[in-house]
Amino acid sequence: MKYTLSVLVENHPGVLSKVSGLFSRRAFNIDSLAVGITEDPDISRMTIVADGDEYIIEQLEKQLNKVIPVIKVRTYAQGEYISRELSLIKVSCPAKQRLDIMKIAELMDAKIVDVSVNTMTLQFADTLERFETLTDLLKPYGIREIVRTGTVAIEKDSTAARK
Amino acid sequence: MISGAEIMVKCLQEEGVSVLFGYPGAVICPFFDELTHTDIKAVLVRQEQNAAHCASGYARALSTVGVCVATSGPGALNMITGIATAYMDSIPLVCITGQVRSDVLGRDVFQEADITGACESFVKHSYLVKDTADLPRVFKEAFHIASTGRPGPVLIDVPVDVQTGTVGEFVYPEKVNIIGYKPSVHGHPMQIKRALDMISQSKRPIICAGGGVLSSGAKPKFREFVDKTGIPVVSTMMGIGIMPTNDPRYVGMLGSHGMKAANVSVHNADLVILCGARVGDRAVASPDQVVEHANVIHIDIDPAEIGKNMKTSIPIVGDMKNVLSQMLKSVDYTTPDEWKQQIAKWKDEYTVSVRKYDGYVEPKSFIAHLSEKLRPKAIMCADVGQNQIWCANNYRIRDGRFFTSGGMGTMGYSVPAAAGAKMARPDRDVIAVCGDGSFQMSLNELATIAQENLNVKIIVMRNTVLGMVHELQDLHYGSRYAVTELETIPDFVKLAQAYGIDSAMAYSNEEAEALAEKMMQSDKPFVLVCNVHPNTTSR
Repeated sequence: MKYTLSVLVENHPGVLSKVSGLFSRRAFNIDSLAVGITEDPDISRMTIVADGDEYIIEQLEKQLNKVIPVIKVRTYAQGEYISRELSLIKVSCPAKQRLDIMKIAELMDAKIVDVSVNTMTLQFADTLERFETLTDLLKPYGIREIVRTGTVAIEKDSTAARK
Repeated sequence: MISGAEIMVKCLQEEGVSVLFGYPGAVICPFFDELTHTDIKAVLVRQEQNAAHCASGYARALSTVGVCVATSGPGALNMITGIATAYMDSIPLVCITGQVRSDVLGRDVFQEADITGACESFVKHSYLVKDTADLPRVFKEAFHIASTGRPGPVLIDVPVDVQTGTVGEFVYPEKVNIIGYKPSVHGHPMQIKRALDMISQSKRPIICAGGGVLSSGAKPKFREFVDKTGIPVVSTMMGIGIMPTNDPRYVGMLGSHGMKAANVSVHNADLVILCGARVGDRAVASPDQVVEHANVIHIDIDPAEIGKNMKTSIPIVGDMKNVLSQMLKSVDYTTPDEWKQQIAKWKDEYTVSVRKYDGYVEPKSFIAHLSEKLRPKAIMCADVGQNQIWCANNYRIRDGRFFTSGGMGTMGYSVPAAAGAKMARPDRDVIAVCGDGSFQMSLNELATIAQENLNVKIIVMRNTVLGMVHELQDLHYGSRYAVTELETIPDFVKLAQAYGIDSAMAYSNEEAEALAEKMMQSDKPFVLVCNVHPNTTSR
């Protein structure tokens, strides 16, 4: 099962290696790790998506807590957070397919950020599920390259927020 | 103006450091030079790994933070095994390494090694100091982190220009404030209540005591708890000495090389109380079997240890001393007589097998004999291998200590650890027991022992093989002794004498006992070589 962990760390050089090293040396499998500064410039937030069972996630949480510059670790429960991933997708796009791909982009809320004679690049920020839908739709046209940021997540305050 | 090197020394003084162990080199020279203006004693070891082992022995003997120092590159790299050994056994160390100039870091200059990177998984925390002004905070934090919570080694890597750089004045911070590091020290009252309820319903409880009891200084509280409840105790290797060996409630060391009575007791208990023990694989090979018939209460300062190796019914996170005090306030339990009698029966039934060979010392009975000749607070340092098991199971500890490399199993630990322990406690008998394999891994430290005139007694069990692996080859590899026979063994007696240390060899228990008597009367170091038959088994 996939788990999303939110980890607050001190914003020092070397902290990322302390945390990322932990995964390999403790044999944890992680899908993605995204880091960025928070509203407090001394603190960064890492969003980690990891694969495992309850035992593994509990161990991961505890081991992360042992890293001195780690301030707080939270594993989000299903439905209590909003997650997004930014991706840039470069698709093969000869002139005659332009309209098709523009339609897909419009339908999926993706933004066209670059067009060339033979390619079109889409910017997409949404959930993993919708990312998969988009790439499924684009596959027949030939995906040249995908760049993804990894998931970032924030806790929901309202239950009404869109999933 | 004050230099970084001077600040480093002042920090050590602020932390009350009076002894450190080290080996110099170009980029740590400013620091060592500053030491000459102080009364901090710097002990020159003969290899950096042993600086860490010495500091470990020193730290354990005094319940303080041990300090070891090495230069950059090879010096720092040599120290890694010593640091990792301390990490596995939760020994508080501050390890200081010199580093190349900060402006050439990362350019592979002479004797440059990324030591903070290399040590990442063996240290509790590490610092690469980039600014002289950071030194006081870094040192304050390092000593705090090393000695609080679950103790462990902290590495401070200091580029040479940070040591020579200057700042206006030296101010040592009074307090530490690390937002991500606030170890919980008191057990949760609700969990304590639940644990006491569980104990009161138990018919066959057993306590498994580990190194955490000793590192928290909880031995007196622990013994009080056992006195009050009568619950029988097994210990891990790191927990040897929490109970005196001859205490009727002490069953022995558990584990694959432990006493059978201890293992049988754990496997028949209905409640296992883990106290500062991490349930390592050598202690409990099949934790799943244990939890099938027993509840588990796990008390540990490190929440990550709870539930890692054994499923736990009631976890209690806290310092052992505090948790035991909390429990003692309201515990009201008496261990059923049937269970006590059953355990006493197992203790009688399962004893150590002893086989004598003519012309050889029988090591198990010799260790037992030697125990009686030492003063009650003696410090016994066992190395790694068969000698370690002989000591663990046959040394009759009273109020002293038992030091060994438990988690990492680092050969060569005993001699430097004993040297460090003797530096710390000149008033106590300090013994190192090693094999002919492990002795040869750190016999260069005989020079340190001679130079400092440390009254350390070294017992070398000379069985001409790497006994532990040899035994494994007998059990699992059809007695094919691949690379375990020490065909060339130096004359250890002459070798010790070459360092100016008295030495003698024994070929029987009578000889060994007579020599031990003589050895203990002298106030000088001594190497007692015991001729041991290669077929002597560890258990």
